[in-house]
Amino acid sequence: MGIDRRTFLKGLGAGMAVTLPGSSLLARNLEAEDIAARKEFSGVLVDTTRCVGCRSCEMACAEAHGMPIPDIGDTSALDTVRPTSVTQWTVVNRYKTDKGDVFAKKQCMHCNQPGCVAACLVKAMAKQPDGAVTWDTNCMGCRYCMISCPFDIPKFEYDSAFPKIQKCSLCWERLQKGQKPACVEACPAEALTFGKRRDLIEEANRRIYGEAGKYVSHIYGEREVGGTGYLYLAAVPFEQIGFRTDLGTTAYPEYSKGFLYSVPIVLLLWPAFLIGINTITKRKNELQSREGGKR
Amino acid sequence: MNTLTATEEIKGLKDFVTFLSRELKPKGKLLTPFNVISASLILLGAILVLYRLVKGMGAVTNLSQEFPWGIWIGFDVMVGVAFAGGAYVLTFVVYILHSDKYHSLIRATVLNGLLAYVFYAGAIFLDLGRWWNITNPLWGNKFGANSVLFLISWHFLLYMIAEFVEFSPAIAEWLGMRKLRKFLGSLTLGAVVVGIALSTLHQAGLGALFMMAKGKVHPLWYTEFIPVLFFVSSIFAGLSMVIFEGTISHRVFSDKISHEEHAAYDEMLVGLSQGCAVAMFVYFFAQLLILIHGWHWALLNTAMGWWYLVENVGLVAIPCLLFFQGARYRNLLVIRTAAILAMIGIIINRLNISIIAFKWWIPFSERYFPSWMEIVITLAIILTEVWVFRWVVNRMPVFGKPPAWAEETHS
Repeated sequence: MGIDRRTFLKGLGAGMAVTLPGSSLLARNLEAEDIAARKEFSGVLVDTTRCVGCRSCEMACAEAHGMPIPDIGDTSALDTVRPTSVTQWTVVNRYKTDKGDVFAKKQCMHCNQPGCVAACLVKAMAKQPDGAVTWDTNCMGCRYCMISCPFDIPKFEYDSAFPKIQKCSLCWERLQKGQKPACVEACPAEALTFGKRRDLIEEANRRIYGEAGKYVSHIYGEREVGGTGYLYLAAVPFEQIGFRTDLGTTAYPEYSKGFLYSVPIVLLLWPAFLIGINTITKRKNELQSREGGKR
Repeated sequence: MNTLTATEEIKGLKDFVTFLSRELKPKGKLLTPFNVISASLILLGAILVLYRLVKGMGAVTNLSQEFPWGIWIGFDVMVGVAFAGGAYVLTFVVYILHSDKYHSLIRATVLNGLLAYVFYAGAIFLDLGRWWNITNPLWGNKFGANSVLFLISWHFLLYMIAEFVEFSPAIAEWLGMRKLRKFLGSLTLGAVVVGIALSTLHQAGLGALFMMAKGKVHPLWYTEFIPVLFFVSSIFAGLSMVIFEGTISHRVFSDKISHEEHAAYDEMLVGLSQGCAVAMFVYFFAQLLILIHGWHWALLNTAMGWWYLVENVGLVAIPCLLFFQGARYRNLLVIRTAAILAMIGIIINRLNISIIAFKWWIPFSERYFPSWMEIVITLAIILTEVWVFRWVVNRMPVFGKPPAWAEETHS
């Protein structure tokens, strides 16, 4: 007799019933895993009350990434406030504050939602699942990331015919191998702590509450520009140690979202609207010319 | 009276080659002061471009880590594209609103727009540090579709195609290709509709680029409405450019324009002036509302505040009034003065947002100022565009009437 359509469909249905949930469950699980992994960004907690300004982190960074090794014995470098540069992904600066000299390490903040990544039109800037913000060579060199970074971190090699964007990568290659960032490993004063962002915030709060009066009650980077991977503790208000405190808590990509949302609307509605007007005015002109003919 | 060429239809490749080789030769005197000066500047510019490609951007520009964008973006692209806005505004008036009065302006304006995009938006190429990757946003596996710049790069490309389609009937008429002319003419309305939609978005998009520069652009200029302001200002920037360019073209190419057209042209200027006045009023009013809602009164009495007033009163409100007056009393001199003031206002506005009011706290000595080489390359780009414009106008029916066989019954 063979199989009729009904049994065929039944069989098919049963087969699908067996395979579908399994595969979709698997897919859902993977997705969940993915999201969990993504949300749990890694970062670094910088306790500026512990930093002694030895610049070992600068040296370790230069060694890890093949950049010119700074002479950390020469303390005159601390006399000026230096920005990061194409050959220095991290710098330690000295600030005169209410509570004496304070040292603060600067580098890419590894924002949770980075402006530079949203700016990049070829995804050369990327937020890696573990939290590192990295740069890749498919970059066009448009420097829109530099415009969009609230911390002015990406640096461009203007003096090269084959320029690159240079910035701290949170030692992404090392993270892949299960190692810590080079600067964290090199710090002799335990001013730098590497870990999951959530744990770092807990640890930071523990220190703030644990030693009353030692710290200002603020973790820089917990909420700034939507949260950053690098988190800072300090004994003095953050504007005294070279941090911008006027950046707000909105993630930078949010600022251009309004415009981007309007794009599909304009592209859909505008042509329909234009063709509508075109038809109306054409009809009007026809009527007018017909009347003109009568005259 | 006009550039009627290829009167006899071209049959075969041989005719075509002889026609092209005849057309490629220069027409008119070669050794004029303008030609000599512009040619030497273009040559110098070309050498500097090579130098920039070999030595890197630092060898030619004064750009720095603090000022990543200079005049190649702030002037060439931002201002060039705003001035090219005349094309989408006029195609809207002529093809969508069917205001036939302005039809004779269309070709020169669209040609100007097309060349502006090719040359000024093309200036992006020079500004790209890693220019060999310029095609990455178009094909590849990594589309940064969340980027405003991604949108702009695609729109520039698509809009150039739309503008080319809008202008292409003139090329077909020049080549005497009747069937092609008919086909290309049928594409015009579609190209116009697409072109206006694209223009709306990328004119605004150029402003949206600075949305993420929050905290870097002076609060008097930074507002969430920058995209809207850029769009509205592109309307009068484009129309002012049409007035300015037309004034020059009508002198330089006066032999191509008939007497009736000269008379009708004055009539058009009055109309354009009214358009400018209304757009500028809307723009000024929007600026005023933004200022009031932003609570930035205190900032007005600072150096930057005075500069803001120079821009928005001196170079927006005043030309706006002049346009109203010029249109009312049909005074062409006033209209032309207003157009020039409005254009200076646009230049100042775009430079303010991208360079002058950008990181306004940095002391003067450390600020970006273009190097002479950046300026020469910019001049070379503008002059090359003028050369190409002249070449086309001298050959194709741009100012003059199209050949009799192509007398169009446009849609």
